[in-house]
Amino acid sequence: MSFLDVKDLKIHFPTDDGLVKSVDGLSFGVERGKTLGIVGESGSGKSVTSLGILGLHKGGRARLSGEIWLDGEELIGASTEHVRSLRGKKMAMIFQDPLSSMHPYYTVGQQIIEAYRIHNDVSKQVARKHAVDMLGRVGIPEPARRVDSYPHEFSGGMRQRAMIAMALSCDPELLIADEPTTALDVTVQAQILDLMRDLQREFNSALIIITHDLGVVAELSDDILVMYGGKCVEYGSAEDVFYRPEHPYTWGLLGSMPRLDREPTERLLPIKGSPPSLINVPPGCAFHPRCPYAERTGDKATTEVPALAETEGGHLVRCHMSREERRGLWENEIKPVLETQ
Amino acid sequence: MLTYIIRRLIGAFAMLVVISMVTFGIFYVVPQWAGATPEAMASRYVGRAATPETVHLVAERLGFYDPVVVQYGNFVKGLFAGAQYDYGAGVEHCPAPCFGYSFITGQPVWPDLLDRLPVTFSLAIGAALIWVVAGVAVGVLSALRRGSFFDRLTMGTALAGVSLPIFFTGMISLVVFSYGLGWTPPGGAWTDFSENPAEWAYNLLLPWITLAFLFAATYARLTRAGMLETMGEDYIRTARAKGLRERQVVVKHGLRATLTPILTLFGIDFGLLIGGAILTETTYTLPGLGQYAILAIRTQDMPQVMGVVLVAAMFVVIASLVVDLLYAVVDPRVRLS
Ligand SMILES: Nc1ncnc2c1ncn2[C@@H]1O[C@H](COP(=O)(O)OP(=O)(O)OP(=O)(O)O)[C@@H](O)[C@H]1O
Ligand code: SF4
Ligand SMILES: [Mg+2]
Repeated sequence: MSFLDVKDLKIHFPTDDGLVKSVDGLSFGVERGKTLGIVGESGSGKSVTSLGILGLHKGGRARLSGEIWLDGEELIGASTEHVRSLRGKKMAMIFQDPLSSMHPYYTVGQQIIEAYRIHNDVSKQVARKHAVDMLGRVGIPEPARRVDSYPHEFSGGMRQRAMIAMALSCDPELLIADEPTTALDVTVQAQILDLMRDLQREFNSALIIITHDLGVVAELSDDILVMYGGKCVEYGSAEDVFYRPEHPYTWGLLGSMPRLDREPTERLLPIKGSPPSLINVPPGCAFHPRCPYAERTGDKATTEVPALAETEGGHLVRCHMSREERRGLWENEIKPVLETQ
Repeated sequence: MLTYIIRRLIGAFAMLVVISMVTFGIFYVVPQWAGATPEAMASRYVGRAATPETVHLVAERLGFYDPVVVQYGNFVKGLFAGAQYDYGAGVEHCPAPCFGYSFITGQPVWPDLLDRLPVTFSLAIGAALIWVVAGVAVGVLSALRRGSFFDRLTMGTALAGVSLPIFFTGMISLVVFSYGLGWTPPGGAWTDFSENPAEWAYNLLLPWITLAFLFAATYARLTRAGMLETMGEDYIRTARAKGLRERQVVVKHGLRATLTPILTLFGIDFGLLIGGAILTETTYTLPGLGQYAILAIRTQDMPQVMGVVLVAAMFVVIASLVVDLLYAVVDPRVRLS
């Protein structure tokens, strides 16, 4: 069993319009010192998954089932109070928008001090020293002075660094970064990603990076999980998923990877159509309304949900096409087009 | 921060100057424009039996023939340095701050106001405390238990509270609690705080609650709406992700952010409270500024009315100044701008 082991996780929300199946049978694992990248379009259930791991759906209307094992302990069945005591200490999270994710009325220092003192019985002075220390470690200049600044007095990149400092303040063993760079501009994005990689090595924690940009995770991750409509459609080592992808949706993600030198409309293999409804999930393969190869799998595409099956060496793909067919398409049609980019 | 304070102080001072002009205008200038002769103005000070010559003389001595600017100047001078009122029959000295001289009671207005201020202050401060604490507490609880019986009950009551006038709730509670159950003293009971604090509070309990009820209703609704919004914010999720206990998430993070707009409203309401106090004082026959104002209006005692208006206006300006300063303490983003 991995350090974090998620088995058949389902997170459904009953709403007036019907049952929203935001996460529908997701399984994955991450080891200490390893990085998992979770990729998918907006609305594919990435954030709902990470909040589920931290137990932050409790008290809401979400219905959770499946198993979440963290360091040999199951969390879905655990008491709210116990999961709370693990939050921030054993598992921590970095959010997408550092401005709205930090309290506007408290200084950055106060917020880090608070995070530290929840789990460490130390005086304010000690916690403050620790906060200054952490700010320095995430690369904030003059940390002893900046510790008393408010979040709105920081630049976007500095704020995200502060957020990282806060998340790392109790030395968590599992760190989930939910689109940590989406709100930042490109040069800052790269710096933050570098920082995360360095810190992960230093802290030897299990890291989950969530993004809708395959390029971001390709470099950083050991494994990549591609999500579509609440389900995993492709899962494997970063090598496999990035260099030998077999699912048409992953090809679409690769083809629509943001590039500095190209307008979004000029991307070579854009995914047509819009993400699926999570209430009335398309029957059969959820991706079929948008899949250019749907006819190849005939009726099955619309009637039968494809299984997440192993293609080779732990590389899982959810598609009715045969392995040879998918490989052939990738080698002969997709890869050559992408290489012209 | 310092420039902010200085700017607000200057603003408050300018506000007071404008208010004094407007008040002076309403009570002295507008009547003259509307056709009241200086003699008509002066006749109020000398009684109906006076001869035209006396009236003319008094009008002259009181300065009603002077240009408006000079009259205003004298009025302001009176506020700071005191004034002499010369009726011809004798000279009355009105020490600073001279808010004028009642022509009904023959007394300077300021000591009267001073006498009555403690009553109104007691009423206002006590009611304000009750309404803020009760309103915010109820608002937070109903936000956290949205849709529950408690939520529906309190919000229903709050709706009634906002729409029921004070003299109605005041009368009803007097009838029920004083005359019916005998729990609280009937109207008109007043004991000075310095004499007997317990009795002071006991006498004021019903007026406090009546007055607080009206405002508490608004605060409960506002707090509830604010909390519902705040608790959905990203930083609340962050606070939970840190492993903070839910109670602290609610109080330290949720309520903290919700309180800021409530504080603003409080500043305005506390200033305006004098309006509510007038009704409450009348209903419970408390010897405060409100009751004084009602009497003054009935007897058309202009200097008295004007005195109350000026004091009430000062109340509003000072309250909003205090709140602005508090606001800067509470919301760090204000300090920069
Ligand atoms: N509390 C909730 N009640 C009902 N539906 C919800 C709730 N929370 C999330 N959802 C739905 O679950 C789906 C997945 O949301 P999620 O936030 O996980 O997407 P995401 O993959 O993180 O997207 P993004 O890239 O935009 O962050 C969305 O369609 C959303 O509407
Ligand atoms: S199963 Fe069919 S429709 Fe679904 S991804 Fe594969 S080819 Fe496309
Ligand atoms: Mg998300």
